[in-house]
Amino acid sequence: MQLVEDRVLDVQNVKVYFQRRERLIGRKTVIHAVDDVTLNLSKGETLSLVGESGSGKSTLARTVMKLNVLTAGAILFHDEDIFKQNRKKSKEYRRRVQMIFQDPYESLNPQTTVFNAVIEPRIIHGLVRGSDEKEEAASRLLNLVGLDSSTKLYRYPHELSGGERQRVAIARALSLEPELLVADEPVSMLDVSIRLGVLNLLQSLKQDFKLTYLVITHDLGVARYVGTRIAVMYFGQIVEVAETDELINHPMHHYTNLLLSSIPGSENPQPLAVDADVDFSYSAADPPSGCRFRTRCPYAQEKCASTEPKLTELAQGHFVACHYPLNA
Amino acid sequence: MRLLAPNAVVEGHILFDRDKDVLQMSDEELRNFRWKSVSLIPQGSMSSLDPVIPVGNQITEAIRAHNKVSKNEAWKNAEKLLSSVSIHPSRAKNYPHEFSGGMKQRAVTAMALALNPRLVIADEPTTALDVVVQKQLLLVLRNLQKSFGISFLFVSHDLSVIGEIADRVAVMYAGKIVEIGMKDMVLKHPSHPYTQALVNSVPKVFGSRQLLHSIPGSPPTGIWPKGCRFHPRCQFAFGLCREREPELQLAATGALASCHLISKPGKEEAIQK
Repeated sequence: MQLVEDRVLDVQNVKVYFQRRERLIGRKTVIHAVDDVTLNLSKGETLSLVGESGSGKSTLARTVMKLNVLTAGAILFHDEDIFKQNRKKSKEYRRRVQMIFQDPYESLNPQTTVFNAVIEPRIIHGLVRGSDEKEEAASRLLNLVGLDSSTKLYRYPHELSGGERQRVAIARALSLEPELLVADEPVSMLDVSIRLGVLNLLQSLKQDFKLTYLVITHDLGVARYVGTRIAVMYFGQIVEVAETDELINHPMHHYTNLLLSSIPGSENPQPLAVDADVDFSYSAADPPSGCRFRTRCPYAQEKCASTEPKLTELAQGHFVACHYPLNA
Repeated sequence: MRLLAPNAVVEGHILFDRDKDVLQMSDEELRNFRWKSVSLIPQGSMSSLDPVIPVGNQITEAIRAHNKVSKNEAWKNAEKLLSSVSIHPSRAKNYPHEFSGGMKQRAVTAMALALNPRLVIADEPTTALDVVVQKQLLLVLRNLQKSFGISFLFVSHDLSVIGEIADRVAVMYAGKIVEIGMKDMVLKHPSHPYTQALVNSVPKVFGSRQLLHSIPGSPPTGIWPKGCRFHPRCQFAFGLCREREPELQLAATGALASCHLISKPGKEEAIQK
């Protein structure tokens, strides 16, 4: 196990619920977007969070960024609870943890030049003074992400391609010299031919600056390419966490296995008939009792409906929440 | 499908059944051609369903617009179509919001099949779907193909999906087909540098883990480079590529590819590697 001093982020039993009032009936419903998630990130590692849309990946990422409020649990950054910080500490946290968003067509202000986009965070945090210093810092940032600062510095987002925009968004995130980068689907909006350039850039930046990544993706190929560990989310919960190759070669949770066997070209046998569509009598407002995957799981038994499986370490560093795991 | 905006300049011929030119059809001929001969599953078709009309009624509407059949008959037909894409017939009276994304996508597929077309054009039908649902849709499409003998023109950027579903593959770059051939020729032994780079730039879930390289530069938009349109991003480009546009020619694998390297002796092996 990693030493505790290396621990960057500790997510402890985090729950994020959203309350919604149904307009016509006035009844309140509670959406269990993230339900009792525990995970941790050590310095220098990349944890990929995978799961289907609506599984709570992005909500969890946004909560780490303090863009949502916790319902229960705690998130510790270097052993300090990020939701119990004073203003000064909070600003400091926001400098050290940065996010890259999915859509570089929307995450950049169309009326702001590249220069302003990357230098603005440094101005806000009082890290640059004087126009020479600003221009130098901005040029350095652009060069870091593989953009030519002599031609791109005073461009507007609409003059850039998708890949270039995402690089600007990365430069902007890097401008405060963060320790932890949260990347929400960093390449899914980009053309296939340039995705790899951005992924390789993220990898080399990680080494150069000893960064720690939390990468949200629905693409297991991407998760494997960038990640040291993979966490699989289903219905607001983490069902399996393990080292990348361990998870792909020896999935223990039936949902992970279903995901892997659905990938085109997979040689994993598809499990018995599984209904690919979520049963609509259940939703994030009213999840199934016990194991949430049991309504789609071909191996479900009575125990799965009555008792919720806990995330348990079944092999070294391999955690699974299932009563009847595969390959165990 | 002749759905382009009126300012589009279209030249050449699109022949259906060897002799019917789609571009020369009158409005009436076109009305008969669309959906009955060739139907379209549009991109993002999950959101192309009308939210306030039950799914079954939307299918019925399409059937009745083309064929003189009773409402009852059309409804029965709609139910049959839904079950052919693994949706229970009783769901026909549901509204689109009662369907999951994958079900909506399959319902639109069912709609495209409503008039027994001979060719279905599917534009990125799996793009917005999760892998599990995607797999199911691909199975459905393949079964339909087997049982009804429908041809598919499948438009996708996802090479792994294409590898799963296609018989033949055509690769487009900057408005041109750069390589076309049987699936294994194109995807396993690409003859065009663009295809090769594309195949090598997708992170895979299985198999050996390696550092992959992306294609330098970004895709041109509208203003094509002189000569071979791919040459500014091509690592094999030489003098001729900057001057003359290559034509499709027979490559060693049996595929057709438009690359000057193919006729240059000894160079083709370099790409294959």
